[in-house]
Amino acid sequence: MANILDIRRRIRSVINTRQITRAMKMVSAAKLRRAQERALAARPYAQMLTNVLKSLVSRVELYDPLTGELRHPLLAQRPESNVLFIVVTGDKGLAGAFNTNILKAATRFLDSKKDKNVEIEAIGRKGRDFLKRRYPVAEPRAADSKEGSGVALIGEHIGVLNKLEYSMVSGIADRVVERYSNEAIDSVYLVYNEFKSVIAQRLVVEKILPIEHIGTAEVSQAEDMTLEEKQRAIEAAKGTGVGLRPKDTRDIDAAAEKFATAPVDYIYEQPPEELFRSLLPKYVKIEIFRGLMESVAAEHAARMTAMDAASNNATDMIDSLTLAMNRARQAKITKEIIEIVSGAAAS
Amino acid sequence: MSGDARRSIESKSQKLKAPSMPNTFHLEIVTPEKMIVRDDAEEMQIPGKGGYLGILPGHAPLITELSAGELSYRNGGQTHRYAVVWGFAEVLPDKVTVLAEAAERPEDINVNLARDQKQRAEEHLKNGKSEDDFTRAEEELKAAETRLEVAGKRA
Repeated sequence: MANILDIRRRIRSVINTRQITRAMKMVSAAKLRRAQERALAARPYAQMLTNVLKSLVSRVELYDPLTGELRHPLLAQRPESNVLFIVVTGDKGLAGAFNTNILKAATRFLDSKKDKNVEIEAIGRKGRDFLKRRYPVAEPRAADSKEGSGVALIGEHIGVLNKLEYSMVSGIADRVVERYSNEAIDSVYLVYNEFKSVIAQRLVVEKILPIEHIGTAEVSQAEDMTLEEKQRAIEAAKGTGVGLRPKDTRDIDAAAEKFATAPVDYIYEQPPEELFRSLLPKYVKIEIFRGLMESVAAEHAARMTAMDAASNNATDMIDSLTLAMNRARQAKITKEIIEIVSGAAAS
Repeated sequence: MSGDARRSIESKSQKLKAPSMPNTFHLEIVTPEKMIVRDDAEEMQIPGKGGYLGILPGHAPLITELSAGELSYRNGGQTHRYAVVWGFAEVLPDKVTVLAEAAERPEDINVNLARDQKQRAEEHLKNGKSEDDFTRAEEELKAAETRLEVAGKRA
């Protein structure tokens, strides 16, 4: 029979654990709210840039009418033999299946590109650790290199997600754009956890380059949340102040819609072709930046859900342990009474 | 009805102050991280790619790319300055919208970082191999110099 004292000790330790998981849940909820606000604050720039590009596309002929050449190297479609794959995970664990799911999707993607040279750039410690174990670390390929390298890890960015800054993303994107332009790579994909709200998330592999449609990313692999995951997320979001709906962006979008598209004859200080050329790389940057911001929000949401589940499990455990303890105590009392009664009868 | 009456009085008093044009325009400066300025301005200067542009209310519609430089605007006798790295601006008679990759106020500029940036850019200029390296280094240098210059104008 279990010792009452031992059970009591275990209950106390589970209560302590529950306290910690509850605190972690509230911290994640607060961080999630902040991440959502940041994403919202970043929306005007992204929308305006997208709209300007869209309106420029209608004004600019993408092919030079004289030479028939493409106006911008970032639109060029080439046969895909060298692929850059950017994997966005979290820096920390204890976020349920967040990191595992991303890495599973990444592995699936890599399987589908088996016959190509794939260079991986890892953002986030968890992804770096996993990929480093499986693939060799290498220098980025030179543009004229002919040899096949298979799959290799060429870059890692650790500890940048906690305080995500545009300037950091800008550095990564500059290199991507440059390497694409001088044909060192033929396509660029980004795998990350898309986050619209706590219950509207998808795990996506997005094609960043070449740009096919401005304003809509091409998704080459996507996984929605399961119903069960959604229910768990709703449960976890209760009482934390995290809204279930995506933030209302209609006002922002309507204002951004007007940017540089007023029905007037603008004076163009630079020819539209030139504007288009310098704006397009910025679009790549903002796409990656947006992906990273959503991933950060998703990570906090996943941690919040995981910690909520952990707290619930702790509560269940405390209940069953308490039951076991009471039973043990009851048994002990019963046994004592029997001993006393039989002792009295004997004498 | 009373609203109409008030409006007509307002428009009269406005006519007295400014005969034809309002004397301010609306200004928004947006960076990838957030909207940093939402204000009215009486005049402003922007670092257009082809040179600085002065803007007063009622300016003709214009679209321009911005290069690294100082953006400044005046509102109620106060001058606000920003170091802009790369940007894109839309000018309308009553509104100016600036998209800037980075726009920092003099007091927010990290002078040491800007000095490092300048030094790095100068080294790249010296050791650069390709044309691309050279242009990039030049842009970096300009951005760093702008930062230092604007930082020197702290209020």
